[in-house]
Amino acid sequence: METTRWVVEVNQALLGKNTELAAQNRLRFHAQKLLVVNIMSGPGSGKTALLERTLSDLCGRVRIGVQVGDLQTDNDARRLSERGAPVVQILTGGCCHLDASMIAQANEKFDLSQLDLLIIENVGNLVCTASYDLGEDLRVVLLSVTEGEDKPLKYPTLFRKADLVLITKTDLAAAVGADLPALRENIHRTAPTATLLELSARSGSGLDSWYDFLWQALKRQIGKAH
Amino acid sequence: MHEASIMQNVFDLACDRMRAESATRIVRVRLRVGALAGVVPEALAFAFEAMRAGTPAALAEIEFERVPARLVCRACQREFEPDGFPDACPCCGSWNVDVRHGHELDLVLVEFARED
Repeated sequence: METTRWVVEVNQALLGKNTELAAQNRLRFHAQKLLVVNIMSGPGSGKTALLERTLSDLCGRVRIGVQVGDLQTDNDARRLSERGAPVVQILTGGCCHLDASMIAQANEKFDLSQLDLLIIENVGNLVCTASYDLGEDLRVVLLSVTEGEDKPLKYPTLFRKADLVLITKTDLAAAVGADLPALRENIHRTAPTATLLELSARSGSGLDSWYDFLWQALKRQIGKAH
Repeated sequence: MHEASIMQNVFDLACDRMRAESATRIVRVRLRVGALAGVVPEALAFAFEAMRAGTPAALAEIEFERVPARLVCRACQREFEPDGFPDACPCCGSWNVDVRHGHELDLVLVEFARED
C-alpha cells in the first residue's frame, strides 16, 4: 500500500461563517430600518440596570426590543420585561459570548417591523464578545468605576472596537476612590475614536447624553434607510 | 475561552476539504493567529488535541504562524510594531492608531493523505 500526501492552501477565516451570518442579520435589520446596538462589558458593570432605566424612560417614544444573553437563568429577561418592551432571553448554555446564529434565532421571536431599536445585551465578558460580529450598527462598551482604571489596558480588543464607551456607576466614584482622569486617559488610549460618556443609572446623572447618542443614531439610521 | 468552538470550525473546514480532495485522512493543519486575535495558540493546540480523537485528523499535527501586531499612526502614518497593546506612536506620540496586523485567525493550509 502506498501513501500519497499533498498540501492544500485554504486561507479561510475561522470566524468566516459567523461573519457571513452577521452580514445576513445586518441586511435583515436594515431592510426593517432598524438600529441595532450591541452592549458589552464584564459581568456586573450595570448593563441590565442601564437598560431597565433606558426602557422606562424611552418606551412610548421609541419602539425598543431587547435580546439578552446569559449562560444561565432568565433573571435579566424577567427584570427587563416589566418595562414595557418585548424581551427575548438567549441562554448560551455555557458559551462565553453571543454569536450571529443565536441572534438570527432570537430574531424569529420578534416582529422586527414593529421596532425602531434593537438592543442586544451580550454575555458579561470582556474578552470573547469582542470577536463576534452580530450584525449590529453600534458597539457600546460599559465600564463601571468599581472595576479599576486599568481595565481598558488589560482588555484592549473589546475597547478598541467600541463606538461608544460608557463609564457607569459614577455615583460610586468617590466612595471607591476611582481615579476618573486615569480611567478616561486609558479609555482614550485604547479607543481613540470612540465617544466617551459618563453616567449613573441609579442617580440618573448623564442619562440625557446617552439618550441623545441613541436618538442621533436613530435619526442617521432612518436617513440611511430612505 | 472559546477555543473549542474555533477548533470545531477548523475540523469542519478541513473535513469539507478532505471530501472534496478524496483524501482519507488529515496529516497536518496550519493556523495563522494574530497577537490581537483574542486566542492563544497554546490553548488552540490543547483544544485540537482534545478533540481530534475519532476524527480523520486523529493522528494530525497542528502548527501555527504567529503574526505580531503592526499598528499605523493615524496622525503621522508611521507603521510600527508596538511593545504592547495599546501603544503610542514612537514617532509622534499619538495614541490614535489603527491595527494593520494582529487580528488574523485563519486556517492557512491542510496536508492530506490517501492510502492506495
